[in-house]
Parts: sequence; structure tokens; C-alpha cells
Amino acid sequence: MSYLTLDGVSHYYFSKKQYTEALHSISFSVKKNEFVSLLGPSGCGKSTLLSLISGMLQPAEGNILVNGEKLDISTLEIGYMLQQDYLFPWKSIIDNVLIGPKIRKRQADNVKQNALTLLEEVGLKNVADKYPSELSGGMRQRAALIRTLITEPEILLLDEPFSALDFQTKLKLEVLVSDLLKTYQKTAILVTHDIGEAISMSDRIILMSSHPGAIAKIYDVPVELRDESPFLARKHPKYSRLFDKIWADLDQAKQTVQLHEENAYERS
Amino acid sequence: MNGPKLFTIYQQKLKKEARVVLTWQLSILILFFTLWELASRLYWIDPLLFSSPSRVFSSIWSRLLQGSLLGHIQITLLETILGFLIGTIAGIIIASMLWSFHRFAKVMDPYLVVFNAMPKVALGPILIVALGPGYLSIIAMGFIISVIVTTLVVFAAFHEVDQNYLKVLKSFDATKWQCFKEAVFPASLPAIISTLKVNVGLSWVGVIVGEYLVSKQGLGYLIIYGFQVFDFTLVMSSLVIIAILAAIMYKTVEKIEQLLIRK
Repeated sequence: MSYLTLDGVSHYYFSKKQYTEALHSISFSVKKNEFVSLLGPSGCGKSTLLSLISGMLQPAEGNILVNGEKLDISTLEIGYMLQQDYLFPWKSIIDNVLIGPKIRKRQADNVKQNALTLLEEVGLKNVADKYPSELSGGMRQRAALIRTLITEPEILLLDEPFSALDFQTKLKLEVLVSDLLKTYQKTAILVTHDIGEAISMSDRIILMSSHPGAIAKIYDVPVELRDESPFLARKHPKYSRLFDKIWADLDQAKQTVQLHEENAYERS
Repeated sequence: MNGPKLFTIYQQKLKKEARVVLTWQLSILILFFTLWELASRLYWIDPLLFSSPSRVFSSIWSRLLQGSLLGHIQITLLETILGFLIGTIAGIIIASMLWSFHRFAKVMDPYLVVFNAMPKVALGPILIVALGPGYLSIIAMGFIISVIVTTLVVFAAFHEVDQNYLKVLKSFDATKWQCFKEAVFPASLPAIISTLKVNVGLSWVGVIVGEYLVSKQGLGYLIIYGFQVFDFTLVMSSLVIIAILAAIMYKTVEKIEQLLIRK
């Protein structure tokens, strides 16, 4: 039973002199509680796709359906996590976390209690009253994660949230996110250019090619890897097999792009 | 553990540095007044034109005792503060409107540019004709000189706010007003404070020029009057008072800045 469905979604960017086709006829569906990764070279429209699913952009063509009905973000909670934490520097951590409920005008007393419990879960309770500038990058990204989770989103969109972190922090955060998502049973879509991250975290990987962004291939991650934590999954023999396969396909995708660009160059 | 000991040494160093700077600042001030006094007494400069600190301060003192000076100070200060507040607040409001209505901003653009480039002081006579030769046109002068530049600077600051902050808020389905309140305005506060600082100086210019043109009272009037009756001690006295008042106003803005912005 598919939960989120994209049906022939295309999108264009316009500038004064020309237009670019950012996404070409993207169709796929995501099951409830599934974790899907969008993997691809830069410029393949991964982030555009996330913006479309978040409802911030409207697709030029095609439909995005949730439970068979058209996406409407005023009723559906969607959590969006960006590459950097983007915590508001003038707000304390707890106020940053509570910004979602404040905007949504749902500030019951238990929301704050809930926030503190979540912060405790990620080891940030003692810094709740500090300001973002006083925290390390990893702590800030954890606070941003809680800010996203506090509104209890149905779908979680992760736009390379670990890419600005050092390797150790990144691994720890991957484990944390995958644990939290399993506990709270969320549907999630992760955008990344890191093959390892995609394999170790997701149930399914959608490989995209660029110019214009399109789906190149879809991989099912072996069940053995899905159930492992991202840290242990990286050591599994099936991990490296899938890694090599995706690596080869990604390489091929890039070469096609280069060829395409060279041809375009010769023609001009 | 050397930590506490080194920390005390560091603190002492900081204090010493602050003392040295203050000593230099005071020395320059004293040197300036001494040189002025000396130059005037020894006729290196014409005492009739450039007066001297002793005459300036005794003139200020006697006028204060007579009670005439305080009224002038009050009026000018009130006009300046009103011009400053109205100009700044109106500027921020216009900038907010330009931010909320994208097309309005595009339409207004050339007019703002022209109005900003124009020497606002040249509008003085028009203001006097329109508002009458009184406080109103002087306050309007203080207002008009700061409002456009405030609008432009604050609007630019609103525009430079990182779009990703808005993205975060929009993912919670925030309205435009909520985006403004939670992200755009607080992120622009530093820029707004720095326009406040610029406006302190500008509104003084506007008010003093306004008083040159119409007034029968105020420090600008005293300067013109002193000039007309060739009493340059009076001119210098007014300048000294304006310098002190403007500095106090600037310092007040700095205090507000410290209260508003966490460092």
C-alpha cells in the first residue's frame, strides 16, 4: 500500500534568457514507515524534488499524492531538515525547538515537557537554555532534528542533514536518526550524495541522473542491512556488494552526462 | 594549576589596556582645549573669531544661570529626538511594506532612488511654506533627512536574510507575517541599530538647518544669531553643547543596542 506517490512530476526553472528542465517525469511511491534515499550527482534535482514534496514548490507538471489525495501542507505535517541546522541564533535551544508548535499555534503546556523529554533523549537537556552559538555542530544538528520532530510530522524530509559534519559525528547522528525514526515510525526521504549513508540508512535507494533530473535506477536494500543500525550495516558483506554496484552505476551515469555535455559543446 | 593565576594576570592586562586608552583620550581632550586657549591668548588665532575655551565655558555658565540657555537646549533636543524617532520608525515601517509587497517595492524603486539622491535640505523652504515657520517644519526637516536612507538600508537588510531561515518556517506552514516576526525582523536588528546610529547624526543636521531657516529659538537659532551679531563665543558655545548632546544620544543608542543584541 503506497502512502506517498509521485506521478509524472516534472519541474522547470526559468531565468530571463532560458529555462532548464530540473526534473523530468519522476514517478515513484513510498510506503508508510519506509525510509527512501534519493542518491545522485549534484544538479540532479534532488533538493528540488524535496521542495516539491514539502509543498514549498508546486510541480509544473504531474501530481503528488498522499494517501491518494492531493498534497496539502496546511493539513499534513511535514518535517524538513536542511544541510545546516539553521537554528535561530537569537533564540535559546528550547525556544528554537518550540518554534514549530508556536507557528502552528499549538502551545499546550505538555509541548514544552515533550520538547524537554526529546532533548533529553538526544543528550541536550542541560543546554536547553543556551544559545546555538554556544553549541558544537553535532549538538546543533541534533537540536534541529528535535525541532523537526516536535511537531510529529507524518513525513520527514532530510536534505543532506549530515553533510556538514565530521565523520564521527555524522555516524553517531545517523544512528540516532535511524533509531528515532524506527521508534516513532516515521516515513522518511533522505537526499544524499553519500552512497554509504544511503545504503546504511534506507530501505530503498533511488538513483537519479542529471540534466534533466530523472530516475536512473531503484535498488532494494537487503533486509539484513535494513534491520542493522547504520554503524553495523557498514560492516556487513552485502553492504560492500551493493556499494560497488551503485558506485559503478553512478559512474556510468556521470559519464553519460559528460558525453552529453561534450556533444552539446561540439554542437554549439 | 596555573589557570586561576593566569586568568587574574589576563584580567589585569585588560584593565591596564583600558586605563592606557582612557589616559590617551583624556590627554588629547586636555591638549586640544589647552592649545585652543593658548593660541587664542597669544593671538596665533583671532580670539574675536575663534573665541577661547575659557570664554566659551564662562558664557555657557552665565547663560545657564540666567536660565535662557536651558530653553534653547530643550527645544532643539525635543525637535531632534522627535525627528529622529519619527524618521526611523517611519523608515522601518515603509521598509516592511516594501518587503511584504514585492510589486510595490519594484514600483517604488526609482522614486526612492531619486528622493535619496536629492539633498533633502533643499526642501526646507517648501516645508516652511507647507507647515508654517514653526516646530512642525523643523521636526519635518529632521524626519525627512533620515527617513529615506533608513528605508533603503533596512529594506536591503530584510532582503539579505538567509532564505533557509524562511524555509524552516515555511516547512511549519508559517504565514508571511510569522516569517517576518520570527526571522526577517530579528535577523535584521543589527542593521537597524546601525541605521539608528547614522540617524542620530542626520537628525541633528536636519534640525539645526531647520532652525537656521525659521526659528526664533533653539541652538541652531543661537548659532545664526551669534553669527549675525558677531558673537562667536556664542556660536562656539552652541557647537560645544551640540557635540555633547549628540554624543549622549549616540551613547544611548549604543546602550539600546547592547540590550537588544546578544553578543
